[in-house]
Amino acid sequence: MDVLACLKRVPETGAKIVLTEDQQDIDTTNLGFTMSPHEECGIEEAVQIAEETGGSATALTLGGEEAKEQVRTALAMQADDGVLLEKDGAEWDPQNVAAAIANYIEDRMAEDGFDLLVFGNESADAGNYQVGVRVAEQLDLPIVTSIKDLEVNEEAGTVTAEREVGGGSEVYELDLPAVVAVKEGLNEPRYASMRARMRARKQTVESVPVEKEHEAGLEKVRLETPEKDEGTAEILGEGPEAVPEIMRVLRELEVL
Amino acid sequence: MILTFVEHEAGVPEDTTLEALTFARDVADQTDSAIEAVVFGDEGPAVADEVGAYGVGAVHAVSHPDLDTYAPEAWGESVSQLVDELSPEAVIAPGSDRGHEVLAHTAAKRDLAMAANCLEVEAGDSYELTRQRWGGTLLEHARLSGETKLLSAAPNEISAEPADDGGEAAVQEFEPDLEESDLRVQISSIEESDEEGIPLGEARTVVSGGRGVGSPEGFDKLEELADLLDAAIGSSRAAVNEGWRSHDDQIGQTGTKISPKLYIPCGISGAVQHMVGCKGAENIMAINTDPEAAIIQKAEYAVIGDLHEVVPELNEAIREETGQ
Ligand SMILES: Cc1cc2nc3c(=O)[nH]c(=O)nc-3n(C[C@H](O)[C@H](O)[C@H](O)COP(=O)(O)OP(=O)(O)OC[C@H]3O[C@@H](n4cnc5c(N)ncnc54)[C@H](O)[C@@H]3O)c2cc1C
Ligand SMILES: Nc1ncnc2c1ncn2[C@@H]1O[C@H](COP(=O)(O)O)[C@@H](O)[C@H]1O
Repeated sequence: MDVLACLKRVPETGAKIVLTEDQQDIDTTNLGFTMSPHEECGIEEAVQIAEETGGSATALTLGGEEAKEQVRTALAMQADDGVLLEKDGAEWDPQNVAAAIANYIEDRMAEDGFDLLVFGNESADAGNYQVGVRVAEQLDLPIVTSIKDLEVNEEAGTVTAEREVGGGSEVYELDLPAVVAVKEGLNEPRYASMRARMRARKQTVESVPVEKEHEAGLEKVRLETPEKDEGTAEILGEGPEAVPEIMRVLRELEVL
Repeated sequence: MILTFVEHEAGVPEDTTLEALTFARDVADQTDSAIEAVVFGDEGPAVADEVGAYGVGAVHAVSHPDLDTYAPEAWGESVSQLVDELSPEAVIAPGSDRGHEVLAHTAAKRDLAMAANCLEVEAGDSYELTRQRWGGTLLEHARLSGETKLLSAAPNEISAEPADDGGEAAVQEFEPDLEESDLRVQISSIEESDEEGIPLGEARTVVSGGRGVGSPEGFDKLEELADLLDAAIGSSRAAVNEGWRSHDDQIGQTGTKISPKLYIPCGISGAVQHMVGCKGAENIMAINTDPEAAIIQKAEYAVIGDLHEVVPELNEAIREETGQ
């Protein structure tokens, strides 16, 4: 089976988020970059399915030239091919992102195509909760989102997908080709070894220029960091000598 | 008119739906519109009284002979047909799995923009809105345009309040025109989980560990503490990545959101993606060797020290006091 997994490059923020002066982006001067944990699981799943069925796993991103770094992470995780849909300028709105990805897949479907498309349930930064569904709708393929368990049955040409709900899970069965939007916990993504990373650095990532199709219906105006009340912690003590104070608080909060 | 997607369990609206209805009422007031609701399932019409109290005048109960379980695309198509028929000013859904999934289908089918996890709206020709990014660690001010505005209300952020002039909602049946392909994705079965113990999301006390725990065995002492306090056990993503804990334990942006009376993170630094998961905690008591750790700034109580020394002593003290 041939599987495509989509990922998005995002800054790896730590304990505090600092914005750029124009409030359009996160200040990344001192930050590395990564992708959503959901998408990491998506790549792992694509690679596992490719390995089990003797097919291929392709990692795709839409972004600037620098986003090749995250595609290379996927290659180091044993994805076979990498694709960059290359755009310039600021982040795109989800409708334009979905259209560009769907157009590319449509072209590929005319040739060899894919049996399964894997998206993250939501991107780590924008959290639009829609790109996967829009791509599936444009390609007229079945999709189910919020998936934490996946099993393909190549012979039957189906995929079984589970979504966690309170007290259990809902099971869906989709005919291939299909689309799934997945969540972290789906699998345990492999650790890319140093050697795999070195090898991935030399692999080519196909680059396809893309243009926006239409005006954004959802436009970012500016970002804001929410207010937090910080610096109010009562220090109960250092080391085990704090235990009596901890006990006092546990009693006060009635959790003992 | 503002059309709101109502999720319910056997005719009782979910809390996140009541929040979305409160949010919808604000948009309705600003645009001088009525609020109506769309609901699915045999027991759907039973929501009429309760949503009426939130200001809903009419409930569109979708029914179709082939529609007897959750089917995301068919539900999205049904909402899309209602949009066609009723031309609402906006469609508002709860920011839940189903809310987002159904709304995204409707958005794609009608080629409309959609804004997820909104907190506030200033309605005009286009909407100036505030929405959550990064799971709520950042806010985005955005502009949403389109003939019908599609929005979801961020869950657990808006306090649900019935309308002053609430009443009873009239129920109208709506039978959508569905094709076979609309019904190709639906629940084929439901599996019950065999998980025991207190679910993390509902626990009154949560004890958790991060990279500072150092090993899978390191969690034994935390498990013991959790047992003594009738608490659930959680972890950071670092502890999951190390393979010490399962992802079910993970608290944060891509894990579970908790809202206990007391949260006790041990050996966790307090990255923003972890902190959004415990925003709902009333009190945080952090145990960390580093007095500069971000988690200390965000906690109500802090113990500076090695968790491997503090936790065993604490367990002993609790045993003595409670005779466990
Ligand atoms: C898109 C995205 C989503 C993410 N989602 C999540 C999520 O859902 N949940 C999550 O947790 N993270 C998430 N992360 C990861 C997050 O950014 C941090 O990497 C992670 O939370 C760090 O875990 P930690 O605090 O256990 O480890 P560290 O940051 O390494 O902190 C370890 C802490 O332990 C302390 N310590 C060390 N030894 C001891 C000792 N003996 N006793 C007491 N204290 C000690 C140290 O002082 C330090 O503060 C996400 C990241 C991204 C990019
Ligand atoms: N720029 C992008 N490049 C590649 N995939 C993307 C991009 N943006 C979103 N996606 C995919 O769509 C999913 C959902 O994104 P969103 O609708 O923005 O929450 C993500 O987890 C990715 O798998």
